[in-house]
Amino acid sequence: MNSQILDQLKREKILDLLKTGKRIDGRSLDEQRPLIIETGVIPKANGSARVKLGNTEIITGVKIQPDKPFPDLGDKGILICTAEILPLADPNAEPGPPNEEVIELARVVDRGIRETEMIDLHKLVLIENKSVIGMFIDSSVIDSGGNLFDACSYASVAGILSCTVPKWEIKDEAPVLVEGVTSKPPIKTLPVSVTMARIGDYIIVDPTKDEESCMDARITITTNSDGNICAVQKGGSDGFTAEQLIQCSETALTVGRKIRKQFETLM
Amino acid sequence: MTEDGIRCDGRRLDELRNISIKVGVLKNADGSAYIEFGKNKILAGVFGPRDVHPKHMANPDSGILRCRYHMSPFSVTERKNPAPSRREIEISKVIKEALQPAVILKDYPRTVIDVFIEVLQADGGSRCAALDAAAVALADAGIPMRDLVSACAAGKVADRIVLDVNNEEDQEGQADMPVALMPNLGKVTLLQLDGMLKPEEFKTCMQTALVGCKRVYEVQRKALMEKYFQNGEQ
Repeated sequence: MNSQILDQLKREKILDLLKTGKRIDGRSLDEQRPLIIETGVIPKANGSARVKLGNTEIITGVKIQPDKPFPDLGDKGILICTAEILPLADPNAEPGPPNEEVIELARVVDRGIRETEMIDLHKLVLIENKSVIGMFIDSSVIDSGGNLFDACSYASVAGILSCTVPKWEIKDEAPVLVEGVTSKPPIKTLPVSVTMARIGDYIIVDPTKDEESCMDARITITTNSDGNICAVQKGGSDGFTAEQLIQCSETALTVGRKIRKQFETLM
Repeated sequence: MTEDGIRCDGRRLDELRNISIKVGVLKNADGSAYIEFGKNKILAGVFGPRDVHPKHMANPDSGILRCRYHMSPFSVTERKNPAPSRREIEISKVIKEALQPAVILKDYPRTVIDVFIEVLQADGGSRCAALDAAAVALADAGIPMRDLVSACAAGKVADRIVLDVNNEEDQEGQADMPVALMPNLGKVTLLQLDGMLKPEEFKTCMQTALVGCKRVYEVQRKALMEKYFQNGEQ
């Protein structure tokens, strides 16, 4: 109840500021918070990244291991992205099975990387229909400050870019690790997720936790290096007009370019 | 797909599958609807406004909306585990958020409106069909609404933008974009995409889906009219 009154007060303040073209932290409407990427933070993982997007902080680890392919996808390696909000990341987060918000977060992050075809999964096959390489990209939110979608996506992409893929040889139809030989992952494109929130008639990029608490609706759009739109997820308890959505798709492309430049320095 | 744009099930590019909606099919529910959308067969039942259990979920300022999208084990080719999957939990959430803007919850503080959706047989676009049935069921329950919600997908198949992607097209296609619209208010309340679209195609695809939503709206309206205005009275 108290938080609702606070949200109402915050909303009024945030809306008043938006009317003058400003945001509560001084950013412009289409400006993201500074993105800080550090890679190789977990040496036991095949790839890892620690990403800060404003007050939001994520740690992602990539584990790579041989696996059985999915029955209907015998010519492709396995790619699975997950995300979880650790109980230490947010006073409202609880241990236990993931709630619908966390499931949505993980699925949207996974969809962005999968649908842009960032990794050439055909190159991760050891024996067709029998043995493939699996890449597991697990993100943990360690501090939640809004826009977990983009932060987890950036951390996952950075984790993948930083990883080295071990080599397996096939002996008696079973994969055997070849010590000391690694390669770069087969990267095809760089996905960039851009999340926007609508508050009243204003659309803002990269909402903070306060902005999220009073937003009407949210949209996450993932684009690839060729400027295609590959994944979209609308969320929140209200909608967008068709014009607003087209505007969002354009913003996602322009804002995405800047982030992609930052990713390129990691390659 | 053939050269002149005839699809694998014989439809034109901008043609919907057959849709039929029946209103008030369940005795116990406060509102209900049954939809057949292509090969989709989906039931939706609405209960409430009623007391919230567990009680801590209640909101003293407004009612709350809950939604469960569930697929029967026999609804798909390979038996589906009846426990709710992560996909079903995500779909439940996006359907809830697509309906929420249409439902006037402020009038029912401390109560819940439960929407239960059961997919008896699944084809492509089951979340849209489910949403169409759920919106009609909410109206049938007599819950005050700002607008109906009408949903339909569009996608890219064999380099062409098509309306209402079926199961085969979804498997083989290049993009699938489910969209829900409040037709009278012109507000998009659900938008998802997986696939790959150029920015221009993104616009066309969305416009195509919106045209589909408006056609679905006519079917929903007719179904409601049939139940409530049988003798031509208004």
